[in-house]
Amino acid sequence: MSKQHIRVTINGTVYEDDIEPRTLLVHWIRDGLHLTGTHIGCDTTSCGACTVIVDGKATKSCTMLAVQADGREVMTVEGLEQGGKLHPIQEGFHEMHALQCGYCTPGMMLTSIAFLGRNPHPSEQEIRVAISGNLCRCTGYVNIVKAVQYAAEKMASSEQVPVGAGQGGE
Amino acid sequence: MIPGSFDYVVAHSVPEAVALLEQHGDEAKILAGGHSLIPLLRFRFASPSVLVDINRIADLEYLREASGTLRIGALTREATLDTSPLITTRYPILRDTSIMVADPVVRNWATVGGNIAHADPANDHPATMLALDASVVATGPSGERVIPIEEFFTDSAFETTLKPNELLTEIRVPSPSERSGGAYFKLERKVGDYAIAGVAAYIALDGKGLVTYAGIGLTNVGPHPIKAHDAGNSLLGKPLDDTAIHQAADLAAAAAQPNSDDRGPAEYKRGMVRTLCVRALRKALERATGGK
Ligand SMILES: Cc1cc2nc3c(=O)[nH]c(=O)nc-3n(C[C@H](O)[C@H](O)[C@H](O)COP(=O)(O)OP(=O)(O)OC[C@H]3O[C@@H](n4cnc5c(N)ncnc54)[C@H](O)[C@@H]3O)c2cc1C
Ligand code: FES
Ligand code: FES
Repeated sequence: MSKQHIRVTINGTVYEDDIEPRTLLVHWIRDGLHLTGTHIGCDTTSCGACTVIVDGKATKSCTMLAVQADGREVMTVEGLEQGGKLHPIQEGFHEMHALQCGYCTPGMMLTSIAFLGRNPHPSEQEIRVAISGNLCRCTGYVNIVKAVQYAAEKMASSEQVPVGAGQGGE
Repeated sequence: MIPGSFDYVVAHSVPEAVALLEQHGDEAKILAGGHSLIPLLRFRFASPSVLVDINRIADLEYLREASGTLRIGALTREATLDTSPLITTRYPILRDTSIMVADPVVRNWATVGGNIAHADPANDHPATMLALDASVVATGPSGERVIPIEEFFTDSAFETTLKPNELLTEIRVPSPSERSGGAYFKLERKVGDYAIAGVAAYIALDGKGLVTYAGIGLTNVGPHPIKAHDAGNSLLGKPLDDTAIHQAADLAAAAAQPNSDDRGPAEYKRGMVRTLCVRALRKALERATGGK
């Protein structure tokens, strides 16, 4: 079973590697590229801790092969901060106390960004549905919802195009 | 957990995918959304030696309605059904179903074709497609054949009548006639879980309000997706009143073959089939008579 060459853009940087096709995207990101902000929380595609954005779509990176990402654009939590400035979603999580242990936070933020890219003015109920594939064992979700609302308002007022917006969810 | 080794090939067109299946036979597996297959590989419940990735076949992702048929490209993502205005207005039963599949992040990749081809009795689309009397298109080396959905599933879980060298390319759903409608109701323990039980119902009425078609499909209450024939047939020629609805629901419960497991005792699941069937038929009636 031969290795395959892949070329993936992650947070704007092009990474090339020769990998076994069975390598999961999350393992390549964490162990191959040492971008350890993307977490692994389960073996059953249930928790969403591993969520990254692939070509605009929130994606559980434990359930995609790294070879499937060849030629695609990936965003991980490391790509949110720009020039020392927090992304509005990061700011929202900070301001609204939306994390305790922080394990779910990267996945929550990436799911939220892809969602806000499609639905910039969501209702509370729509936010709750959007993050229902991401589990948090600490917060009870109330402040996470507030953080997403904070980010939505901030992004709408600054008319900043959310990173990861695009064809997601269509 | 890490899958066993395999080779990986990208198919860029349907003929290319079929040729790869021809070449590798039983050893190959199609990789669509991967949200059933990759978990199986990770648990080493499946160990194909070649994966044929069809995600780059862009022309397998479409929704087209023409000449009395809705055509769903096999690679259409569940998320597309969640948000498509065509689906919401004309085929709300399909949206009832897609929004109950896993969670929104999974639905960004999970495909309608994969949901059916996997033939998991716990998957949600099979029951709906049985209720709708849909058909699927299988494409192989000698072209296409159309398979009525009931002949697509077998008596065993995870088994279909697709040949090893065939790709499921399209699902065909009859367009709604006047005074027809359907609904899917699923009971789950939590978001993202498979059904404790699920019931899909589709009905059509004549000008006098008498039932001319009734299809009822059941999720996760037997070894394979179940079509409750007696329940559907019991409604034909009658007005869809409470007596008829309850009689059909009893017959649907009788058609279920549930096992006791983590999701509950068999008798509880049978009871839930009865309740969900009543709800699905009432909602179907509401939609058939102009409701949303
Ligand atoms: C956490 C979680 C929860 C889930 N909950 C639900 C749920 O509640 N309800 C539900 O219905 N599903 C659920 N699923 C399953 C999910 O919807 C799957 O994605 C779906 O069943 C399979 O679709 P896929 O596109 O991912 O197929 P894949 O995983 O890529 O393929 C599944 C099987 O079908 C074959 N196949 C796929 N496409 C084709 C084709 N075009 N032609 C021939 N063979 C093909 C593959 O070879 C494989 O054997 C869940 C999945 C996860 C991870
Ligand atoms: S690690 Fe839990 S969903 Fe990916
Ligand atoms: S903050 Fe601990 S899991 Fe969410």
